Amino acid sequence: MTPEPSPHPAPAGPAPDVAGALEGKRILITGATGFLGTNIVERLLRCVPDCEVVLLIRPGRRSTVDQRLRREVLRNDAFDRLRNELGTDAFDALCDRRVSAVAGDVTTNGLGLDDAGQAVLASCDVVIHSAAAVSFDSPLDAAVEVNLLGPTRIVETLGSLGVTPHLVAVSTCYVAGSRRGNAPEQHVADSPWFVDLDWRSEVDAARRARRDAEADSRTPERLEGFRSDARREIGAAGTPLLAARTEQLRARWVADRMVEAGRSRAASVGWPDAYAFTKALGERALLENRGAVPVSIVRPSIIESALAEPFPGWIRGFRMAEPIILSYARGLLKEFPGVPEGVVDVIPVDLVTAAILTVAARGPLDTSDVVQVASGVANPLRYRRLVDLVSGYFTQHPLYDRKGQPIVVPTWSFPGRGRVQAQLKRANDTLGRAERALSALPLRGRQAQWSADVETRREDVERALGYVELYGAYAECEALYEIDNLLALVDAQSDEDQRTFCCDPRVVDWDDYVRTIHLPSVVTHARVRTTAGADRGPDRTERLRRQVLAPERHLAAFDLENTLIASNVVSSYLWLASRHLTGTDRLRLVADALRSAPGWLSMDRRDRSDFLRYFYRRYDGAPLDQLRADADGLLSDLLLARAFPGAIRRVREHRRLGHRTVLITGALDVVVEPLRPLFDDVIATELGTDAGRFTGELLSAPPTGETRAQILMDYADAHDCDLGESVAYADSTSDLPMLEVVGFPVAVNPETRLSALARKRGWLVENWERANGSPRGVLPLSGRWSDDRSRTPLLRRLVNASGSRSDDAGRTKAARR
Amino acid sequence: MPRPGLVLDVDRSTPPVLFNHGEQLRLEKLPAGRSRIIYPAEPLEPLADPDGAIAHALAHPIGDSEPLAALLRPGMKLTIAFDDVSLPLPPMRAPDIRQRVIEAVLDLAAAAGVDDVMLIAALALHRRMTEDELRHAVGDRVYDAFAPHGLLVNHDAEDPDNLKEIGTTRHGEVVEINRRAAESDLIVYVNINLVAMDGGWKSTATGLSSYRSLRHHHNVETMEHSRSFMDRHNSELHRSNWRMGEVLRDAGIKVFQIETTMNNDVFGTTGPLAVLQKREWEWTTRDRVAVHAMKAGLDRMPAGARRNLFHSWRAPHAMTSVQAGEVDAVHEVTTANVYAQHLVPVEGQTDILTMGLPYIGPYNVNSVMNPILVMCLGLGYFFNLYRGRPLVREGGVVIMSHPTPWDFHPVHHPSYIDFFEQVLADTTDPRVIEERYERQFAEDEWYRHLYRTSHAYHGVHPFYMWYWGAHALAHLGRVIIVGGDRAAVHRLGFTPASSLSDALELASDTVGPHATITHLHNPPILMADVT
Repeated sequence: MTPEPSPHPAPAGPAPDVAGALEGKRILITGATGFLGTNIVERLLRCVPDCEVVLLIRPGRRSTVDQRLRREVLRNDAFDRLRNELGTDAFDALCDRRVSAVAGDVTTNGLGLDDAGQAVLASCDVVIHSAAAVSFDSPLDAAVEVNLLGPTRIVETLGSLGVTPHLVAVSTCYVAGSRRGNAPEQHVADSPWFVDLDWRSEVDAARRARRDAEADSRTPERLEGFRSDARREIGAAGTPLLAARTEQLRARWVADRMVEAGRSRAASVGWPDAYAFTKALGERALLENRGAVPVSIVRPSIIESALAEPFPGWIRGFRMAEPIILSYARGLLKEFPGVPEGVVDVIPVDLVTAAILTVAARGPLDTSDVVQVASGVANPLRYRRLVDLVSGYFTQHPLYDRKGQPIVVPTWSFPGRGRVQAQLKRANDTLGRAERALSALPLRGRQAQWSADVETRREDVERALGYVELYGAYAECEALYEIDNLLALVDAQSDEDQRTFCCDPRVVDWDDYVRTIHLPSVVTHARVRTTAGADRGPDRTERLRRQVLAPERHLAAFDLENTLIASNVVSSYLWLASRHLTGTDRLRLVADALRSAPGWLSMDRRDRSDFLRYFYRRYDGAPLDQLRADADGLLSDLLLARAFPGAIRRVREHRRLGHRTVLITGALDVVVEPLRPLFDDVIATELGTDAGRFTGELLSAPPTGETRAQILMDYADAHDCDLGESVAYADSTSDLPMLEVVGFPVAVNPETRLSALARKRGWLVENWERANGSPRGVLPLSGRWSDDRSRTPLLRRLVNASGSRSDDAGRTKAARR
Repeated sequence: MPRPGLVLDVDRSTPPVLFNHGEQLRLEKLPAGRSRIIYPAEPLEPLADPDGAIAHALAHPIGDSEPLAALLRPGMKLTIAFDDVSLPLPPMRAPDIRQRVIEAVLDLAAAAGVDDVMLIAALALHRRMTEDELRHAVGDRVYDAFAPHGLLVNHDAEDPDNLKEIGTTRHGEVVEINRRAAESDLIVYVNINLVAMDGGWKSTATGLSSYRSLRHHHNVETMEHSRSFMDRHNSELHRSNWRMGEVLRDAGIKVFQIETTMNNDVFGTTGPLAVLQKREWEWTTRDRVAVHAMKAGLDRMPAGARRNLFHSWRAPHAMTSVQAGEVDAVHEVTTANVYAQHLVPVEGQTDILTMGLPYIGPYNVNSVMNPILVMCLGLGYFFNLYRGRPLVREGGVVIMSHPTPWDFHPVHHPSYIDFFEQVLADTTDPRVIEERYERQFAEDEWYRHLYRTSHAYHGVHPFYMWYWGAHALAHLGRVIIVGGDRAAVHRLGFTPASSLSDALELASDTVGPHATITHLHNPPILMADVT
C-alpha cells in the first residue's frame, strides 16, 4: 500500500518540511534509553541536520549520565547506520557536538534538575516526553509516579522556569480503555465512557497502598512466613544469608502486591492494566496542569520493530509480543486466548518516531491536540492472520531444542481467556505440588535434577499464565483507534517528508513485515537455536569446567562430606567408636545410633553448627593417641572406600595447575588428618583436649554457613589469593555463603535446593559418584581389630553422651516452646 | 593316577564348553571342524606329609647351601620374607603353605637361639596386606607373636630410610632392596610357585625392591622381549632379575630360598564348584543341572553379592613339592615341578585364541577385577602361558569372555581409576603411555601416601599391568571381549561383542572365515607347550 498522493503546499506554505522546521532547534528527550526514545534520537541525528539533542537521563547507581548516554544510547546498534555512513571519528564528533545529557528524573518533583540542568531545560525549544513505565505489570505506585505524574512534573517545571517550549507527550492508544468500537483522537475525559476519576486521589491511594503493603509485610506472621520460605529455599545457610534472602522475599512480596493493586484498580475502572490506566490519568493531569505550555499528545498503539529506519527489524528490548512469540515458537504456549477476527493494533517504531517528529516540526496548535499512531483502522492486521503468519514462519524456520530437534509449534484454537487460565492454573498447581514433594525427599546429584526439571516446567507454565493474564486483554481488544489527525499530518507532508519521515500506517505490508522483518529480528535477538543437530562445540558444563580449571585461578576450596566422600561426621564417629568393640557392645552402639538418627537429621537441617557442637560432645574423654592411631584405618575403611574418585582427581588437577587447594570441613582434624597430603592446607574442626583426652568442646565456631565463608576469606587474604579468581566446591545450601564469595562456585552432587540455585545462577554442577565396586556396607562400622586389646573403647563416652542427649533434647524443646 | 592335559578336536558331538566369565559362567558351542580345546591336566597328588617334607627340605638343601639349621646362630639377624596376597590363586584353605614353612623356619630359629627375627611380606609395589590377609598367610600364632611388636610388616618400597642400594648390574640396573633384609645375616624367602614366572631371584630382587630398581625390568621393552615371561630362559624379565640376583649374591647377601609348588585343584573334586574343573563330556546329568542352576543363579544375583561369593572361596589346592637351598638350583627343580602340573603339548599355532577369564587374578584378591586387570589377566597372563611359540599366530585374534564392568576398588586401585579415566582416554599404546605418563604417576605424592598408609597399589602399578600385555598387543591383530561393558571395552582399545558367534564373525575380518580356533580351558591353570 502506498500513501495516497496529497496536494502538497509550496515550500513557503504552512507546513515546512520536518528537517527544516527542526533545524537549529534544541530538543529535550526523556526516555532516551528506551525503545522509542533511542529511535527518536537516532532519527534526529541522522535526518535533522544541526538540531541539538538534550537527553534527560536518570543517573545510574554506578554510572553517570554521560556514561549511560554513551553505553546505553549511542552504543546501540541503531546508530550503526549513521556511524558507518560517517565513519567512527566523524560520528563521535557529531555526537560530541549535538548530543548532551542532563541528569534528571521524572519521578522527582522539579525533575531533580540542578541549576545547570534547569538552564538547559529552559533553553529547549521542544520537549519530547517518551519516558514511561511501559511494563504492563509495573507496581501501581511506580506506574503512577512515572506515567501519571511524569508529564505533570515536566509542565510544572517548565512553568516554574517561565518557559513554554512545545511539549510532545507520548501516550498510548489504550488510554481509551477496554472497549469495543471506534476510539477517536479525543482527550480522555471527552470520551462518553470515561469513568470520572480524580487523579489526585488515585496518586494518594497508590502511595498509601505502598505504605500499607510495606507495613503489612512487616507483621510478625508475614516475617515468619518469609523466613520459613527462605529457609525452605536455601536451607541452613547461616543467619546472614538467610536474613538477606528473607528481606528479598519480603521486598518481592510487596512488589507483587503493588502489581496486583495496579492490575485490580485498572480493571475496576475499565482499563486493561495499570499502564494504560496511569497513562490515561497522566494525560488528564497533564492537561489540567499544563498552564501556558503548549502540548501535543501522540498515542501509538503496540510499538514493534522498525519497518525501515534505521534498518528493517531494528528493535530494542523485548516487550510485549516478543516473549509471547518466542514462548509459542518454543512450544510452551499450547493455547492463547484471543478473538480471531479481532484486530491486533501493531505499529512499527519508525512510523511512531516519524509521527512524533512531524508533530514537533509542525509545532503546537491552539488547543492541545491528540494524534493516534495506529494501524487498526487504515490497515488492520487481524489476530488470526497474525497467528497464521507466525505459525507459518516457525513451521518453515523452526527453533531447535537442546538436543537439536526442531520444535513443532502448537495450533491455537482461540478459546476464551478464562478457559486457558483455568487450564494453566491447574497445571501450575499440579507441578507446584510435585515440586514440593520432590524437594522434601533427600535427593542428591542427578536425582535432584528431577526436581529442577519440574521447577523449569512449572516456571514455563507460570510464565505462560503471566502472559495470558497480562496480554490476553490485548488479543481480545476490539477497539478501533481512529487516525484522522495522523492522516491529516501525512497529507500535509511534502513528498520528501513522506519518504524520510513516513508515518503512514497504510504503507505496511503485514505479511512481509511479520515474515521478513519482525520475526527474523526477534529470533536473532533472542539468541535461540536456529540450527539442527547437536552442539558441536563444548557444552555449557564443559565450558564452565574449563573456566574452573583455567590456569589463572588462584585457589580451590573444598568441602569434605558429600563433596569428596559419601560420608559424614556420624559415620566417622560410628567407625571410630566400633573400632574396639565386640559383640553386644557393638549392637548397643548401632541401636543407639539408629534410635538417635532422626533427631540428628532434623537438628542438622535446622542448624548445622548446633548439630556439630552437640554431636562432638560424644567425643568427650576419647583418648587422642588412640584416635590418631586409628585414623589410618579410617582412611582405608571409610574415607577412601566412600570417596568420589572424580572429586579426588579434581583436587589433584587443581594442584597440578598450580592452584592452592584447601579443605574446609566440619569434620574433626584427627579424622581428616590422613587426607592432609591431598591438599595444600586443611582447616578442620578442633576439639579441646585435657590430659591426652578430648573434652568434647569445640575450640572455635564450626566451619559452617557464614563462618566457612569467613574462614575462606581470611585464608585467601593470608595467602594473597583473589577470591574472584577462586573456586569453591560444596554440596549443600549450608555452604552457600562460601560458594557465594568465590568467582567460580561448583555445586557437587547438590541436594534439591542447591541444585535449583545452581541452575538459576548458572553454576557448574558436578555429579561425582563412588566408584562402582566400592565396598558397600549398610553401617559404617569398623572391621575386627585386635592389634592391641588393651585400648579403651569409646563406648563409655557413648553411654555418657546418650545420657546427656535426652537432657539436651529436653532443653531444645523447652527453648523452642 | 591323574590324567594329563589334552587337546580335544571339536566335532559335532562336542558338548558346549564352559567359559568362565568373571563371576559368571557361559556355555559356548565352538564351531566343529576348526576348533580345538586345550584341557589342563588333572591335579597332581599332593604331598602326603607336607610338614615332614618341609622339614626334610630345610635339612637337605639343594645346590651350594648348608642346611638351614646350620645357618642359624644366636645373635644373628634373620629376615623371613614371604610372598604376598597375590599368591596363590585363589587363596588356599588354611593352613596356608607360608604358615607351614614359616612355622618350621621359626622352630629352627628358636632352637638355634636366634632372637632378632623379622617377617616381611615381599609385596614390592602391591598393596599392603590387611591384618586378616596376614593372619591367613602366616597363621594366628605367628601373627600374634610378631605383629604387635612391629616385627611382622609389609615391605614399604617408598620408605627411603628402609631401602638400601646394593649396587648396579653389568647392564646398569640399580639394585635396591629392603634395608632390613639387606642388612640381615640371612634372608629366608618363603615362596609359593603358582606359575612358572614366580620364584627364583625374582622373589628377592622384585619382591623386596623399589620403583628405582623395578623400572629396569618392568617396562615395555623388557616385556616385549619376554617370550614368554612364563618361560624363564626366554624371558628378558627373568634375565634382568637374575642379573640383580648376581649383584645381591656378590654383595654378600645370603638368601636361603624355600620354594613350593602346588597342584591345580582349585575347585575341588567334591563340593559346589567341583563341576567347574570337570571336562564337559564327562558331566553327569546332575552336573549339567548344577551348572545351569549355578549360571541362572549367578546371572540374577547382584554384582556385589556375586563378587563376595566367589572371593570367599578358599581353594583346596595343596603342596606338591618343597625344595630349599641355593636360589638357582632350587628354582630349576621348582620350575620342573610346575611344568609337571601345567604343561600341555600343543601342535601348531591357531588363528583365534578364545579364553574365558575367571573372577580372580593376582591383583584383585578380595577386590574388584577392573578393566585394566581384565586386560592384564587375558593378554598378560593367559596369553603368555606358553612355551616355544604363542598359541595364537602373529596377527591373530584373541577373544576373551568377561563382563569387564567399569568397576574399580577405590581403596585398592586408586591410580587405576585415574589411569583408566585419563591415560587410556588419551592412548592405549604402551610405549606412548610409558613415555608420557609413567613418571607422573610413579612419583605422585598422593599415590605414594595411599600406597604407604592405606591399602593401595603403587601409583605406577596400572602401567605395569598394561606393559604385561605389551607383547600380546604387539603380536595380535585384534582383541575382542565377549559380553563386556561396551564403554569400558572401547576404552581398553578392544572390540566388544555380545556373543561368541558375533565375536567369531568380527574376527573373520582379521583372520578370514575359515580360521582355526583354539580354546584355552582355564582355570585351572595350564601352560601350552607349543611346537
